[in-house]
Amino acid sequence: MEFAASVLPCLLVTAWLLPLLSFAAIVLFGPRMGKAGRGAGLVATGAIGASCVLSLAALVAWLWYASGFAAPPVPPISGELYTLAEFPTLLAESLPLRITIGYYIDALTVAMFAMVTFVATWIHVYSLGYMHEELDEVTDPLVATAEGRPLRRRGRFHRFFQYMSLFSFSMLGLVVAGNVAMVFVFWELVGICSYLLIGFYHERKSASNAANKAFIVNRVGDFGMIVGLMAIWGSLGTFAFGDARDLWGSAARGIFSQVRPPQRDYRLTVPDGMVRLAARAEVEKIYRTAPSVAEAEAEVQRRLPDWRTQGYGYWLLVIAGLGIFCGCVGKSAQFPLHVWLPDAMEGPTPVSALIHAATMVAAGVYLVGRFYPFFAPEVLLVIAVVGCVTLFLAATIALVATDIKRVLAYSTVSQLGYMMFGLGVGGWVAGLFHLLTHAFFKALLFLGSGSVIHATGTNEMPQMGGLLKKMPWTAYTMLAGCLAISGAGVAGIGLSGYYSKDSILAQALSAWNAGRSPVYGLLFCVAVFGAALTAFYMFRLWYLTFVGQPRDEHAHEHAHESPRVMVAPLVVLAVFSVVLGWPLWGLTGLLKQALPQGTEAGAFGGLLLPGLVLPPEHAVHDDPSIHATVSLAAFSVALAGFLLATVFYGLRKLDPEDVRRTFAPVYRFLRNKWWFDEAYQLLFVRPALWLSAAAAGLDRQGIDRLVDGAARSVRDVSFQFDGWIDRTFVDGQVNRIARWVYATGLWLRTLQTGRLRQYVLLVAVGTVAIFVLVSTLRQFLPPGH
Amino acid sequence: MDLLTQPVGLAHYLVVGAVLFVCGVVCMTIKRNAIGVLMGIELVLNGANLNFVAFGSPFLQGRSQDGLGLDGQWMALFVIVLAAAEAAVALAIALNFYNTHATVDVDQGDELKG
Repeated sequence: MEFAASVLPCLLVTAWLLPLLSFAAIVLFGPRMGKAGRGAGLVATGAIGASCVLSLAALVAWLWYASGFAAPPVPPISGELYTLAEFPTLLAESLPLRITIGYYIDALTVAMFAMVTFVATWIHVYSLGYMHEELDEVTDPLVATAEGRPLRRRGRFHRFFQYMSLFSFSMLGLVVAGNVAMVFVFWELVGICSYLLIGFYHERKSASNAANKAFIVNRVGDFGMIVGLMAIWGSLGTFAFGDARDLWGSAARGIFSQVRPPQRDYRLTVPDGMVRLAARAEVEKIYRTAPSVAEAEAEVQRRLPDWRTQGYGYWLLVIAGLGIFCGCVGKSAQFPLHVWLPDAMEGPTPVSALIHAATMVAAGVYLVGRFYPFFAPEVLLVIAVVGCVTLFLAATIALVATDIKRVLAYSTVSQLGYMMFGLGVGGWVAGLFHLLTHAFFKALLFLGSGSVIHATGTNEMPQMGGLLKKMPWTAYTMLAGCLAISGAGVAGIGLSGYYSKDSILAQALSAWNAGRSPVYGLLFCVAVFGAALTAFYMFRLWYLTFVGQPRDEHAHEHAHESPRVMVAPLVVLAVFSVVLGWPLWGLTGLLKQALPQGTEAGAFGGLLLPGLVLPPEHAVHDDPSIHATVSLAAFSVALAGFLLATVFYGLRKLDPEDVRRTFAPVYRFLRNKWWFDEAYQLLFVRPALWLSAAAAGLDRQGIDRLVDGAARSVRDVSFQFDGWIDRTFVDGQVNRIARWVYATGLWLRTLQTGRLRQYVLLVAVGTVAIFVLVSTLRQFLPPGH
Repeated sequence: MDLLTQPVGLAHYLVVGAVLFVCGVVCMTIKRNAIGVLMGIELVLNGANLNFVAFGSPFLQGRSQDGLGLDGQWMALFVIVLAAAEAAVALAIALNFYNTHATVDVDQGDELKG
């Protein structure tokens, strides 16, 4: 067990750094790896495959480690690898503020590692087939050059895998991170990878716009996150999750043990730092009046509990929690920042599967799960409401979308909403369980849609249909995915989505029962209704794509089953989508080991909303009626959705066209995605562009003119004078010397007559002259010379 | 003049050498014929030689020497050899000069004029 605890960090850190190695290798030697960079794909796949093996080994090591503890909360393994910076504090008793690279390993980390590396490995394998066009020169029919011909460009096979490796590294770093600063760094790194991969076909205007949109919308969320980080840093003086021993052996308390101190039974407590910060006026007063610093400090310590009960610092805790959640809203595409994710489908389909379905967008949910002990009940309410709004909103839009990838994108947003909702109603295990199962079936669905797009050459479902015979593997694996996401299952046996979604709904119902609050009742009903919508839009997608008459003969003729390298990942993921949730594997048990201490008792006692009570998660099991109700409700609504989709799109008994005409305004509303893009365009984009145009105008008309005028006057003045000064002084002097030298030379030239006799005479006369001169001058020399 | 009344000594040799030298220089300056100029050169060299021999002679110096005291004579021999070589070269130049200018008039060869 000791051994397992010591080997776990090594395994995970190695698994984390391998993709970085692959990234570096591809950056340096990418285009030269194999023919046209084909080797780059193998290097990246090999690296993530090795990471996967190491992560699975870590999972085994964790189980070994956890077997040494009787009760579920297994203490996390945290530590520091490297200290980046250290700032001394003014307060005598507090330790220096440190920013470090560290790790925080618990069951959630290990499970996320296994999921991320496993899904990423199969998506890498799939990409080897999907991206093979990029090996040669590519003709992009969607981009026209200036001459009107389709754009021809070099293939970017190695670049794709380079970004994929960087992404894998960043995502794993985010999961293993031991402090919030590190989380934030990797948070931004996955963001930039997402930006680069959405804009992979950056010659397409739509792709570059989508990349910018994703990046900018995420900035909005990250701004909130920075506010949260500042609140934590400023008040708690640490970024670390877990406690750490520093060089002097004194324990530096991490965020979690400050918010939920072991001395107070891990109950949510406003940390001393936040109370002091909020009550700084009183602290100042005490310091000013007290005779000595030590006495003042003692007085402050004595009065801290009073201030805490008066509510000092509670707002700070709530705001820090909301700030962190704001970052998660951006990254996980929650309402109102969900607008970027559907547009992000401009990237290659494996990217949509890995980044925008399975892992990166789930990072927001992961972070909410990680920060769970930090959230006050009020924050959890906000999380639940945001998640619930998101799941409903996205599901309704998915009903009418016709682009196969957009349907899946809205479905992803909706499912992420479910996860947030689950966490928000107190279902920590339920939400993260759904995260893990969703990663598998959503990756499967995206890869399946990629396979279809690869075969037909179009994203539009109205041009598909009748592909079941042509691509049976894709069709049946996607059917498994649809069943899983719809939560198909009855009487305790079902596909993975059945277990995770049911546990979320059960927790929601439990929350409603506990408080009898109409808010939670509404949330529960909306979530159940969302399950019906989920089943409807998923089967609508499946029927439109695979059954019925082919609606586009050309696409249908062209279609064929994908190569084996693409089908194999589909099959593997389909198997996992079916079996992952089975209680046999004990996945919920594994997650329960990481349940933050203190949260197993539920959430209550918020100072702002004292009536808000969230029941503990295990309460669901105590009351059999909850499970029965939820099971029945979820099953019946999913069945209703499925039957409705079958009637409309499978059997074609009813024409969706009629419904569309009858509810034309509703259809238009959904078709335009609730006019979110237009509203944002009007509210934010237009004013921003207008403001920048005004600023640019001011620049051009005001500042530039001033500068230009000054320059012009200086230039005019210099034109007046520079020629004269140059000619008179500089040139004149040089020319005068040159003329003089020339004249001297001309005169001396006449001495060279070329007459030998004259020379001889001159030599003789000169010699005599020198003698005469010397003997004449001798008399002027002083005597003795 | 004292020289005429005195027995023949160093001064007399120097006077003869000086006369020879001046004759040579005058000959070099006034002769336009290249051969004449060469003759003047020979006279100048011989005037110098006479001085060497006179200064080098132990007899004229009026003292007995430790060594042979033939330094001046050696120098004179060198000068004679050099003069012979110089004459050969100069005559070759003169011959070439004649080939190009069809005359040995040195005034015709003023190509070195600046």
